[in-house]
Amino acid sequence: MSAAAGQPVQVVETHTPKELVRQPLVLNNRPLGWITEQVCSIVEGKMPKWWNVAFVVSFLMMLMCFGYIGYLITTGVGVWGLNHPVAWGWAIVNFVFWIGIGHAGTLISAILFLLRQKWRCSINRTAEAMTIFAVICAGIFPGIHVGRIWLAWWLFPIPNAHGIWPQFRSPLLWDVFAVSTYFTVSLLFWYMGLIPDLATIRDRLRIAGKKLNSGLDWMINRFKQFTYGFFAMGWTGSNRHWRNYEKAYLLLAGLSTPLVLSVHSIVSFDFAVSQVPGWHTTIFPPYFVAGAVFSGFGMVLTLMIPMRALFKLEEIITIRHLELMCKVIIATGSIVGYAYGMEFFIAWYGGNPYELYAFKNRAFGPYWWAYWTMISCNVISPQLFWFQWCRTSPWFIFIVSIFVNIGMWFERFVIVVTSLHRDYLPSSWGYYSPTRVDILTFVGTFGLFMTLFLLFIRYLPTIAISEAKGVTPQADPHHELGGAKPKQEGAH
Amino acid sequence: MSNVFPKWTNRLPLIALVGGLVTGACVIAGATYYFTPKYSRVGYQPVQPVSFSHEIHAGQLGLDCRYCHNGVEKSWFSNIPAAETCMRCHNSVLKDDPRLQPIRDAFENDKPIKWVQVHKTPDYVYFNHSVHVNRGVSCVKCHGRVDQMDEVKHAKPLSMAFCLDCHRSPHEHVRPQSEVFNLGWEPGEDWVAERDGAALVNKMKLRTSESCSACHR
Repeated sequence: MSAAAGQPVQVVETHTPKELVRQPLVLNNRPLGWITEQVCSIVEGKMPKWWNVAFVVSFLMMLMCFGYIGYLITTGVGVWGLNHPVAWGWAIVNFVFWIGIGHAGTLISAILFLLRQKWRCSINRTAEAMTIFAVICAGIFPGIHVGRIWLAWWLFPIPNAHGIWPQFRSPLLWDVFAVSTYFTVSLLFWYMGLIPDLATIRDRLRIAGKKLNSGLDWMINRFKQFTYGFFAMGWTGSNRHWRNYEKAYLLLAGLSTPLVLSVHSIVSFDFAVSQVPGWHTTIFPPYFVAGAVFSGFGMVLTLMIPMRALFKLEEIITIRHLELMCKVIIATGSIVGYAYGMEFFIAWYGGNPYELYAFKNRAFGPYWWAYWTMISCNVISPQLFWFQWCRTSPWFIFIVSIFVNIGMWFERFVIVVTSLHRDYLPSSWGYYSPTRVDILTFVGTFGLFMTLFLLFIRYLPTIAISEAKGVTPQADPHHELGGAKPKQEGAH
Repeated sequence: MSNVFPKWTNRLPLIALVGGLVTGACVIAGATYYFTPKYSRVGYQPVQPVSFSHEIHAGQLGLDCRYCHNGVEKSWFSNIPAAETCMRCHNSVLKDDPRLQPIRDAFENDKPIKWVQVHKTPDYVYFNHSVHVNRGVSCVKCHGRVDQMDEVKHAKPLSMAFCLDCHRSPHEHVRPQSEVFNLGWEPGEDWVAERDGAALVNKMKLRTSESCSACHR
């Protein structure tokens, strides 16, 4: 080499760093039509045998739930285990449990959308459906726990012949607004996202219907066309439709985002605004929100892991999706664990003997078993996801997700029951135990939840087809497999 | 995709919107009218065992309410008179009238007449007659012009809003203590509730409670 040529001497060998390719969100370079086919075939085909079995079981459990609610209404709240001093029992525990589960759906559909997290696209539909069904299950409990259920309309500020309004300073009323807003916005968001996919199914039904001339099949096909067509609201997929759709989606995502934080904050106010040691804590709102997202992702995984395996959706709901959800679980699970620790710290640091007693009693009192179940499920089990193998083995994630569900139910049990069972007056101390009605009503709500979820799988596209297509590499026109290809030499 | 639905369905959203609004308005109006005590209680007039006319006794004859309901100033309960009260007059007036046979039977056999209760507050409401009639609240406020009713009927809704109307602004409803049992009393031309009513409230030291436990004890 000579420097005389004016060229700098190359001393260090340069390397272009290897471009890290992200794992695609739909595997195996599947064409776009394949995604439509894969998702719609679930709705269009016959359901497998396990679905029928699961549906019958869920349906019977749901009937049991309604039966016990009927028994409660006709007999009175005495059929529950509530008594002085524990006047809030399983009904409130179950309400908070179910409402918390809903939060994953809203987080996935709203916050992850605003943060441009593309991996949300193949899980958002199912997660949103789960949100709605969980809020339905949650809504049952405040309605029936009022005792005289025919007066449950007093929850709402409706002008009445009593000349009074509900107590606007009570968080219980804020709850009514928070939960009903949450349900309405979640339902709208979910339904609006469904419209293009409902139109896809409608159009596929029309094509399939052309081969049918008469008979029962033809009638069923027409009926389905009408039903899907009705809910597709005349969607044609025109440019204007898509523009309006995208705008509305963004607006609804913006509206839902504060709800992720507000709903469970207000649920936590039900406790935090009171004066009861163990409830009267400023950490409650963020701690409840983190717990809600934690439990919600637990439930999403519980539902999605079997679903993707049974309907062969592993290429759309990939291991990467599961892994990312596990990371959310570590994050929120750690926040929850921190909050548990901080509650104890403040109980000691605050210097209030009643507060300290309430927390000591939580961990070592008569309900120690509930506390330590909660700690092992919520604090210890999610930490396993630091190991990659744990985050990428679906069956293992499934087991942990069940633990998360159990742990989060116990968290609410611990908060509600252990704080109440020790009154200021030792003479009124007591031990709360649920009755058969308490337990089976709660078990029955899983029947309601699963019935709705199975019907959702049966009749609606479980994956947002258009959105899942949008995040494939092929959807990018400049990708080598994408639409806008440079003209090849010699081609015309 | 034109032939899934006929063309008229384009108007469906408008029809649904208008239909929904009309239905909603009808439901609200119907519930407000039919499902409140103004409709469900007012006008209740059961058939009594004896067709006792308040119009004749309290109206034409001018009997004081307290002649028969003599416990009203002393008790929470305004009593229904015993047959003995009737017989004070009716042992000489209309003493053989067949319409009064049940009264005479009750008096002779010492068995009370089964009057049908017209005004009834629910079990969970505590209402004290004596407190009200001794503080400038006239009978007419809750029972209407009984002195003009042939047989008693439910004249006022007696809903919780009805009670609270007075408890929230007593000065609009009180009258001089001397006029409590004068059902026909009307405030004079120069009566100003904000001044005269308020003066009475002040004088009688009325502290109308609006707390739940005032009535729901």
